[in-house]
Amino acid sequence: MLRIPCPWCGERDEIEFRYRGDASVSRPAADAGIEAFTTYTYARENPRGWHLEWWLHVAGCRKLIKVVRHTLTHEIRAAGRADESLLLPPEGSGE
Amino acid sequence: MTGPHRITAGLLTDAAKAIGFSFDGRTLTGLAGDTLASALLANGVRLVGRSFKYHRPRGVVTVGPDEPCALVDVLTKSGREPNQLATTLELATGLAAESQNRWPSLGFDMFAINDRLSRFLPAGFYYKTFMAPGWAWERLYEPLIRRAAGLGRLQAAISDHAAPAETLHEHTDVLVVGAGTTGLAAAALLGASGLRVLLVDQDVALGGGSLLDARWTSWREAMLATLAKLDSVCCLPRTAVVGAYGHGVFGAVESLAPHRIAASGGLRERMRIIRARRVIFATGSVERLIAFPGNDVPGVMLASAALGYLHRYGVAVAHHPALFLNNDEAYEAAFALADAGVRCAGIIDVRPASKAADRARARGIEVHGNAVVAGVTGRRCVRALQVTDADGRNRRTIAADCLLMSGGYSPASALASQLGAALVWQSAIAAFTPALDSASGYVAGAARGCFGLAAAAQDGASAAVAIARDLGRILRISAPAPDLPVDPQGTSTSAVWEIRGRGKAFVDLQHDVTADDVRLAQREGYEHVEHMKRYTTHGMATDQGRIGGLVGSAVLAAARGVPLSRVGQPHPRPYLQPLSFAALAGMEVREHFKPKRRLPLHQWHESAGATFVPVGVWLRPLVYSKQTGWDPVLKEARAVRHSVGVTDVSTLGKIDVQGADAGRFLDFVYANSMSTLAVGRARYGIMLREDGMMLDDGTVSRFGPEHFLLTTTTANSAAILEHLEFQLQANCPTLDVLLTDVGDQWAQFALAGPRSREVLAAVVSGIDVANEAFPFMATAEANIAGRTGRLFRISFSGELAYELAVPASEAQSVWLAVLEAGKTFDIKPYGLDALNTLRIEKGHVTGAELNGNTSADDLGMQRMLKKQGDFVGRMLSQRSGLSAPDRLQLVGVRPADAARRLRNGAHVTLRETDTASLGYITSSTPTVEREGWVGLALVAGGRARIGQRLFARSVIHGESLPIDIVSAHMLDPENLRVRA
Repeated sequence: MLRIPCPWCGERDEIEFRYRGDASVSRPAADAGIEAFTTYTYARENPRGWHLEWWLHVAGCRKLIKVVRHTLTHEIRAAGRADESLLLPPEGSGE
Repeated sequence: MTGPHRITAGLLTDAAKAIGFSFDGRTLTGLAGDTLASALLANGVRLVGRSFKYHRPRGVVTVGPDEPCALVDVLTKSGREPNQLATTLELATGLAAESQNRWPSLGFDMFAINDRLSRFLPAGFYYKTFMAPGWAWERLYEPLIRRAAGLGRLQAAISDHAAPAETLHEHTDVLVVGAGTTGLAAAALLGASGLRVLLVDQDVALGGGSLLDARWTSWREAMLATLAKLDSVCCLPRTAVVGAYGHGVFGAVESLAPHRIAASGGLRERMRIIRARRVIFATGSVERLIAFPGNDVPGVMLASAALGYLHRYGVAVAHHPALFLNNDEAYEAAFALADAGVRCAGIIDVRPASKAADRARARGIEVHGNAVVAGVTGRRCVRALQVTDADGRNRRTIAADCLLMSGGYSPASALASQLGAALVWQSAIAAFTPALDSASGYVAGAARGCFGLAAAAQDGASAAVAIARDLGRILRISAPAPDLPVDPQGTSTSAVWEIRGRGKAFVDLQHDVTADDVRLAQREGYEHVEHMKRYTTHGMATDQGRIGGLVGSAVLAAARGVPLSRVGQPHPRPYLQPLSFAALAGMEVREHFKPKRRLPLHQWHESAGATFVPVGVWLRPLVYSKQTGWDPVLKEARAVRHSVGVTDVSTLGKIDVQGADAGRFLDFVYANSMSTLAVGRARYGIMLREDGMMLDDGTVSRFGPEHFLLTTTTANSAAILEHLEFQLQANCPTLDVLLTDVGDQWAQFALAGPRSREVLAAVVSGIDVANEAFPFMATAEANIAGRTGRLFRISFSGELAYELAVPASEAQSVWLAVLEAGKTFDIKPYGLDALNTLRIEKGHVTGAELNGNTSADDLGMQRMLKKQGDFVGRMLSQRSGLSAPDRLQLVGVRPADAARRLRNGAHVTLRETDTASLGYITSSTPTVEREGWVGLALVAGGRARIGQRLFARSVIHGESLPIDIVSAHMLDPENLRVRA
């Protein structure tokens, strides 16, 4: 079970959160066209390694937060507000 | 003393408290503190079960939770619980246990023939043999195999207790798993530093190996006294950690003592979910078996078991035991038995010489150096051993009634492995040790190959110092209070895995896997240890093959001709031991299995005779009658069509949206335009997913320039709130919008029917509800029956209708006022069934049509999609495929024969006997105002088929009836009634 350090509430159990997907993709501009929206909606990386994620703290502050998680070890390296830009650690680190 | 084998006082048993119990119907006596196994051994009972596959006689092998063979059924008042470990099952007055997997009796078992047929039952036998014909598996093979194999029989026992287990949540600085000398030393140091410590051990008493060595008694007692004085330390015996889940989260199950179970009325287990900042695995080691022919005969057991039964329970496992070993530690069993007066028949040591052998010879115990056990004489109990030199020569027979084996000790590394520890081969102890990243946890003592009680205690202290430093505390180790006893000097272990010879040599006693089975798996290509495990089922029984796991790997390594370090061990996953479902369920059983939400008016609905139906988490009134069938439903619906009815729609999701950009935000999340909505008006709205499919529908009302309220369907209320929060925070972070869930704050009633305005006029004040003053889709704050509420002129039934929202605490008084005002018009409360009947006739969609596969075009709502401005789903809803003319489109259906009924889920076909489906019926209902049924259906190219006659085919009901495809707007298509 993940323990997620919510920047607003502190460290909480995973069960309090809802996973909302890859936070490194952003919604294209309205006129970006079908290709761009198809990519945005369906195409996702499936990395072995560090992953920037959206988590919504539904059983807490109901804030959307960003989390840097390692998909292999589940290590959480950082968590921040939705408007923070979090950097991913170098590829290959953390294993 | 109870039983002829009880030769001395045990550490855990109370000689003054005799306890009666029964095994296979035989009445026996044990002592308080006994396990079933120790009580049976005290009474000289050797044969306790039959094996899984070959039905071979089996006896007790271990003294604790690693036991592979001594599994029993426990009979209770109302049922039986299978696969209980006799070696951990505590004796309680009247305990009734039965042996497993034998018929008709333990002594004479018909299926023992399997042992003779074993040549035809190798690993993979089922896969190879029961192939064809296909029908035979379910009807013939499986029932047959299930009768012959398997262990205990389950017969559900109904607990007296409301919930036989409970769940507790623990938070601690340091979790110490295992309370041997390692764990005790670590916990005492950490506790003294002020850190919060949770010390857990699966045993009933704390002490681990120090319980088995009298020299350690005073040290152990001093440590326990120290721990008891420390407020920061919590000691939990009887608690087994069953899984390590990362991020410092662990699952542990506490089994309550029999007298505590009795005192609590049947509470038996506690699942503790532990969150720890740091962890020390002081889990000790597990003694291994040796694979030699006949290593499963009752009386062959682990050396540590003999030591344990003697010290813990005062029981000698035999009169004349021999030992077969490869290490110095196991000699302690021989010495302890000798001290208690049990003469040893000889020690067979695979090593030519050792310090322990010298000590044994000095005590007059015969040691056969450089020798092995090549076979066992006896079927139901050991009578003699065949011993040879290591090279197979010089065969001789040694008379003995028991063989204590010890193939060395494997660090108990499963929990560390679950946290990602790598296994490192250590030839000095012939075992793998876990290498764990210190950020994940510390492994200390025998669990990392540091054998010897004093060495382990010192290792535990070192781990404590390191952890304290991690957590910002400096520990000063003064000399541990009482001096540690000195570990005996030893000679290192010499690996021995298998002695090959005639007869079965088991690597997994519980699943009857032999060394030959492992070699067969290798020959047939299952070379990886994980493949071998699955092909042979080695290590897949309830004991997870703990005492033989590494032996199987070693046999595989030899067969492959590679070093054991390259073969490794299968990865251990949670749970480390069998768990009861009760422990996992905790208190979430019976009425607590799933939360139930009740409406503010629940009690009124109940007293009005409502039948309730669960809708998601809600309990909603289905119909105000206990009578089944459609009559009471249609009576309620008719009241709405002809006069007036009222229904409780408080379960609708309600989200308050405020802020300068509220309108812009709603334009973004709804497919139709919302910012253009005038204050005091409401609008039907649809939301799409980003992929262009329908997500949900509801109404949006505007109370002020910056204040909206939206409703969602009952089922989607939580998901829509999350969707909106995500869209706002991820995609519109600069908008000034606040979302507030007000679902629980407002009770809401729909007042529907041609007379609803007259009823409304009688309960509201300060507002003109005339058609022109308060038209269709108007909304306003209003005084309703003396309470401040909100009024909406919206309709789901197709009739002139209003929705009244009042604070939830005012629900009852307002509801009663409405009923009172409606008396003149014979108002009727109506339930969910009538509500559905009305909406289906009107062609409104709900979850059955908003099923995640329908586009706006499918539901005839394409024109609602705004042309200007971005919104969620805009781009992908324009994909031509989503409005292709042959997609499943919403239509209405009527049976051609008014006397026939429709069925939800029936497939729509072109001809009566077609199997090709054109779609299916999503909702159906008897009609309110005339005979017959109507329904909604999703039909391929449905709108173009309006007017056609098709068929509704239900294979389940064996029928195919002609239906007419009509517009989904079956009632008042011009919307005259709602505007009346």
